[in-house]
Amino acid sequence: MDKYVLLRHRDTPDIHKLSVYGEYTALQKAVTTLTPEQVINEVKVSGLRGRGGAGFPAGVKWSFVPKDRLPHYVTVNADESEPGTFKDRELMEFNPHQVIEGAAIAAYAVGATRVYHYLRGEFKSVARRMQAALDEAYAAGYLGQNVFGTHVEIQMFLHLGAGAYICGEESALLESLEGKRGQPRLRPPFPAVVGLYNQPTVINNTETMANVPYILNHGAEAYKKLGTEKSPGTKIFCLSGMVKRPGNYEAELGKISFRDLIFGENFGQGMMVEGRNVKAILPSGASGPIVTEAALDVLLDYESVAAAGTILGSASVIVLDDSIDMVWAAGKVTHFFRHESCGKCTPCREGTYWMEKQYQDILKGKATLADVQLLQDVAQQIIGKCLCPLGEFATSPVLSSFQHFQAEYEARATDAKKVVPAKAASAKAAATPTAAKTADTKAVPTT
Amino acid sequence: MADLINLFIDDVAVSVPKGTLIVDAAKRADIDIPVFCYHPKLKPVGMCRMCLVQVGRVKLDRGTGQPVLDANGSPEIAYGPKLETSCTTPVEPGMRVITNTDLVKRAQKDVLEFLLTSHPLDCPICDKGGECPLQNLTLTYGPGVTRFDYADKQHLDKHYPLGELIFLDKERCIQCARCIRFQDEIADDHVLGFYERGRKMQIETMSTPGFDSKFSGNTTDICPVGALTTRDFRFRARPWEITNVPSICPHCPVGCNISLGTRRSAKGGGEWEILRVMPRQNEAVNEIWICDKGRFGHHYARSQARLQKPLIKKEGRLVEATWEEAFSLIADRFRAANGKAAGWLGDRVSNEDAWLFGKLFREGFNSAQLVNRPHVAGLDLVARYGVGVGTNLGNLGQGDVVFIVAGDVEETAPVHMLRLKAAVERGAKLIVANARETKMDRYAAISIQYQPGMDTQTVYSLLASVSNQQSAISSQVAKFAPSDNKIKAAGQLIAEAQNLIVMLGDERPYPVMVQGQYTDAGRALAQACANLVVATGHIGKANNGLLPLWPHNNTQGVYDMLSAQGAEALSGEVKALYLVGTDPIGEGQNLPPTDFVVVQELFLTPTAQQADVVLPALAWAERDGTFTNAERRVQRYYKALPPTGQAKADWEIFRLIAEKFGLKWSFFSAEGVMHEIAAQVAAYAGLDYVCLAETKEEWPPVGTSSDLYFGGTAYDNRGGVGAQTKSLFEINGRSELKWIEPPPPSGQSIEPRRLNRPGTLIDQSAIYEVRLRAAELVKIEA
Amino acid sequence: MTNETMTPLLEKYATQIETVLSKYPPDRKQSAVLPLLYLAQREYGYCTPEAIREVAEIAGVEPTEVDAVVGFYTLFYDHPVGKHVVQVCNDLPCALRGSDQFLEHACQKLGLDKHQVEHGGATTADGEFTLESVVCLAACDKAPLLQIDLEYFERLTPEEFDRLIEEYRKK
Repeated sequence: MDKYVLLRHRDTPDIHKLSVYGEYTALQKAVTTLTPEQVINEVKVSGLRGRGGAGFPAGVKWSFVPKDRLPHYVTVNADESEPGTFKDRELMEFNPHQVIEGAAIAAYAVGATRVYHYLRGEFKSVARRMQAALDEAYAAGYLGQNVFGTHVEIQMFLHLGAGAYICGEESALLESLEGKRGQPRLRPPFPAVVGLYNQPTVINNTETMANVPYILNHGAEAYKKLGTEKSPGTKIFCLSGMVKRPGNYEAELGKISFRDLIFGENFGQGMMVEGRNVKAILPSGASGPIVTEAALDVLLDYESVAAAGTILGSASVIVLDDSIDMVWAAGKVTHFFRHESCGKCTPCREGTYWMEKQYQDILKGKATLADVQLLQDVAQQIIGKCLCPLGEFATSPVLSSFQHFQAEYEARATDAKKVVPAKAASAKAAATPTAAKTADTKAVPTT
Repeated sequence: MADLINLFIDDVAVSVPKGTLIVDAAKRADIDIPVFCYHPKLKPVGMCRMCLVQVGRVKLDRGTGQPVLDANGSPEIAYGPKLETSCTTPVEPGMRVITNTDLVKRAQKDVLEFLLTSHPLDCPICDKGGECPLQNLTLTYGPGVTRFDYADKQHLDKHYPLGELIFLDKERCIQCARCIRFQDEIADDHVLGFYERGRKMQIETMSTPGFDSKFSGNTTDICPVGALTTRDFRFRARPWEITNVPSICPHCPVGCNISLGTRRSAKGGGEWEILRVMPRQNEAVNEIWICDKGRFGHHYARSQARLQKPLIKKEGRLVEATWEEAFSLIADRFRAANGKAAGWLGDRVSNEDAWLFGKLFREGFNSAQLVNRPHVAGLDLVARYGVGVGTNLGNLGQGDVVFIVAGDVEETAPVHMLRLKAAVERGAKLIVANARETKMDRYAAISIQYQPGMDTQTVYSLLASVSNQQSAISSQVAKFAPSDNKIKAAGQLIAEAQNLIVMLGDERPYPVMVQGQYTDAGRALAQACANLVVATGHIGKANNGLLPLWPHNNTQGVYDMLSAQGAEALSGEVKALYLVGTDPIGEGQNLPPTDFVVVQELFLTPTAQQADVVLPALAWAERDGTFTNAERRVQRYYKALPPTGQAKADWEIFRLIAEKFGLKWSFFSAEGVMHEIAAQVAAYAGLDYVCLAETKEEWPPVGTSSDLYFGGTAYDNRGGVGAQTKSLFEINGRSELKWIEPPPPSGQSIEPRRLNRPGTLIDQSAIYEVRLRAAELVKIEA
Repeated sequence: MTNETMTPLLEKYATQIETVLSKYPPDRKQSAVLPLLYLAQREYGYCTPEAIREVAEIAGVEPTEVDAVVGFYTLFYDHPVGKHVVQVCNDLPCALRGSDQFLEHACQKLGLDKHQVEHGGATTADGEFTLESVVCLAACDKAPLLQIDLEYFERLTPEEFDRLIEEYRKK
């Protein structure tokens, strides 16, 4: 394989220009030599799984689109708002044609003539670069009325959100794209059947789309050779937090571990502050259960990470070192979820508020052991009752931090036993991490 | 039925139609699943999470698609890993739903505890207290205590006016969105929304005026907490102190069933007052909705301006008199008129009043010069070809067509608009023809905008495109054969319709002089509409025929009563004139030259001021009676308030005058009058106050007294659902086509109908003033 | 456009608005609400009631529907904000790399109260800058970072922040 399937700009500077990226050979192959069914089948066989977080097989998703009930739509989820996630942005800024080509192939496969890239509102500058690429693609005849001179029509547009994490949830994204509040819809019906403007709609993450040209160019079998059997292909790992060299790293799924990612020479190169150790890892941004250094050797593919009791999700690995107060960290994440709760369903709307309030009390030293217990109870009370996954996500960092770091919570209680363990005594001092800019001045590979 | 699904809910076998939601299926089996956001009239949203249940589905073999059987040969059931919302999940064959396990009960407690963290628990001062779903369900399903710190409650605006009629208490709102959804889905006025998100999310409006909808009051009924209250009722009474009296809305021809919530009130000086008007469930008429005019337009019944005593003109001034003085004077003058008497009867009075008015003229005054006020054309045609018995707009759907011409349903019969919109969503097709755009155009399959005054021509164009069969009028109709593709398409729809209702409006030029003769354009239009239903055979059956947009609540009934007694138009000299519930002078018209004028009224109207005798009548809420709506459904209303001053019921006044003519009428109640009507008016045969008081079980069961969920206590229909009278065609089978040449456009202006037009009665509702001012009159140049 | 009234926005930005509307199916003009609000906000400084009514008219929806959108998204403002909006990310990944101290510096530099900045934002007395502490901006590897008027500035030192502010002050 080439070094990169996705982050190809790292080998090939200026690939954001069409002249460097070259012809859309995969799209050409699809529209001139393959039927839509053959394209879907190829993607199915490749085993490509959605890179947005859920890991659902992309080809299977495409096959759910009913043949009738035109028009169909394709939307590309570039809302990228999960804390610790910054991969789609890099793809769109530096390798936009691959995203566009992938999305165009998806459109052809499911019989859609309109494709919308839904970018989070803060991606105004990213949108400029994407638009420049779109303009090039239109000018070259790769998009528009007669793609590659065929009767295939593919129109592609950018749509900017306006600041709402929940719009990364696919049905909320559709609401937002329809010009409404981004509140999730009931599912079923799923977007593949009732989506944008109530029409069948395929929604895939930007990174997912970027995989598609490779599959068409090199064939599903070649793609399957990358990664593991159940998690084929490469994945961009977003490494952030207290490592020496945070950034995006592309690697085959299941071929590296957390340890490789954090400490590897070609990856994070170790901890931001020499001498400190990994205390906790948030493997999937804010949304997945927290793991400890005990998980360092877990391989990074969907199955292995799940077996370790957490989720790979969008592979947004946030690393916390042993100076960090886990109550503070989990509280910070809870603040995020409270801030982003859309308010539609009761448990998430009221529960995230309640959890944050408990954190505030605990951090202010106003909480008793009963209050600490109540925090856990409230989190438990949210589980299994929410309209969309956000509410459930909100409980993960809370409950998993309890699982691993209960003592830190209890040490903060006003009625905690006064035999204070050494670690907890220093918790307050460590509450706010200090800037460590020195370590990463030349850290990030590109941009 | 082929489409029934069998399942078990808490081990009870239930059989319900395909597509039924679990929550409704349970309700049918008398199993209560608590809900907040769910409302059977709204689309499910699954927001509040109160209705979580365990759902087991038949396990299917992946290979064969057949159910997997257990050792006993019965299908294996697989329960999902999570609880599911029963308000969004449709039933499936063999499904097993469990609503009563600890798991479910725990979930209900959890959700209620969450909801209550943002609720002020100010039940002791809340208007909803006592009929509040949140209160009811908390007592039934909730935790006894909360672990939420009371000091951390949100403190928000508790008196936020969404508009001049509806207030929002932001603390009480539980974000169920019923109000927003009602406005979006049912009323189609998108004037409510959520602002902010998360726990800050609140109801808002940005319309001008605020909460600009003709149906805003309904949101206070379906609000499951005390967040939305009406300006009329807030802080006036506790629900359990109220006596709810069944009534019929006295404003428009829909005939919405309502409840008058009455109580003695301090504000009213210790007298009985109407504190609120709420819909009373009648799925065939208004379901559970009413418009704001019906809800807030009751104040006239308790107005300080009401006439208290009879007045007699002495030396140019009206002075108080006794009933005896007034009756003697009336008897003397009408006797002296010697048959040259005329009666003008407003179309708001009851059938019983109208009947005895006609009878008084016939038997006492020896005259048949009786006029319905206001003048509308086509009453006789509606009596003949009106919609058949069994008509229910709630049953219209696929294959049914409704044609609206020269009318604005939203402004004339607002609740019909809601029901037609819903019919369109079920597959019915709407054709709307008018000289201007109306809200109904939103739902129209075909909208036809004709030049003002071209209404009748348009109907004939339509008829010409439907049929070219030989008939008495086919050659005349053929001249109007359309070139317009829209009309052709509309004709096609009508040609294929299983059922056809023609809604006849009166937005048309007033009668004008054409070639030396008055041509009543309305008459020509009504005849054209009658010809359309007759020629296409859409008469004499349920959901077929004419459905008029009459101006008031009893236009049809008053006509029925007078015409059955041989009423004639004014033909000669009028020496004594008797006006009841009509104010021609106030409307800028003149009275015919006469020597003596009696006005029977609620108020001292401009016409009453000109009268020789003024008689105070009772308002509808102070007496019993019946109204006949535009679908010719006779509906009973009940006395809810004691009389104002010495006022008497209209029918009773007529009986007492009749006594002066030596007539011995043995009517001691309105009910007695109805016995005579039933005996003498063919269409009303068989009706009495007992059968009109009959109720039936309704679905959805929002009105039952044991209902804990759907808000409000006044839906319960204990006053009767009324009875539809037969059309003459249904009685005698006779129909005919008649030609009236469509008059050319007159050049006169047309005044579009406005629901919120100022008037004698509605002007008494001070809180409604903003709406009246907002409804500027618009004219179309014909 | 079926609308008879020309709103000020339509007059001034006819071509831009047409381009925006052309992205969506003709009967789905509501989709343009977000882009139109950006346009209106740029023109009026924030989403004024008038701006909301204009957008509603152009998109063919009720003002309430547009206002509900304004209330939902963090990038739309229903109150006046500074000429430049500065958003400093202080979410967990950034906080692990010193964004909190960076934010403190920013508050000092602009003379704003940190509590206010963290709870909805604060605006300098001269109306030049609104400073907000926000959640994730998708640049966690480049903390401390911020956006000014939605343009990224990353891996900043306090000195760079000061320079940036001076630069924007001149704009």
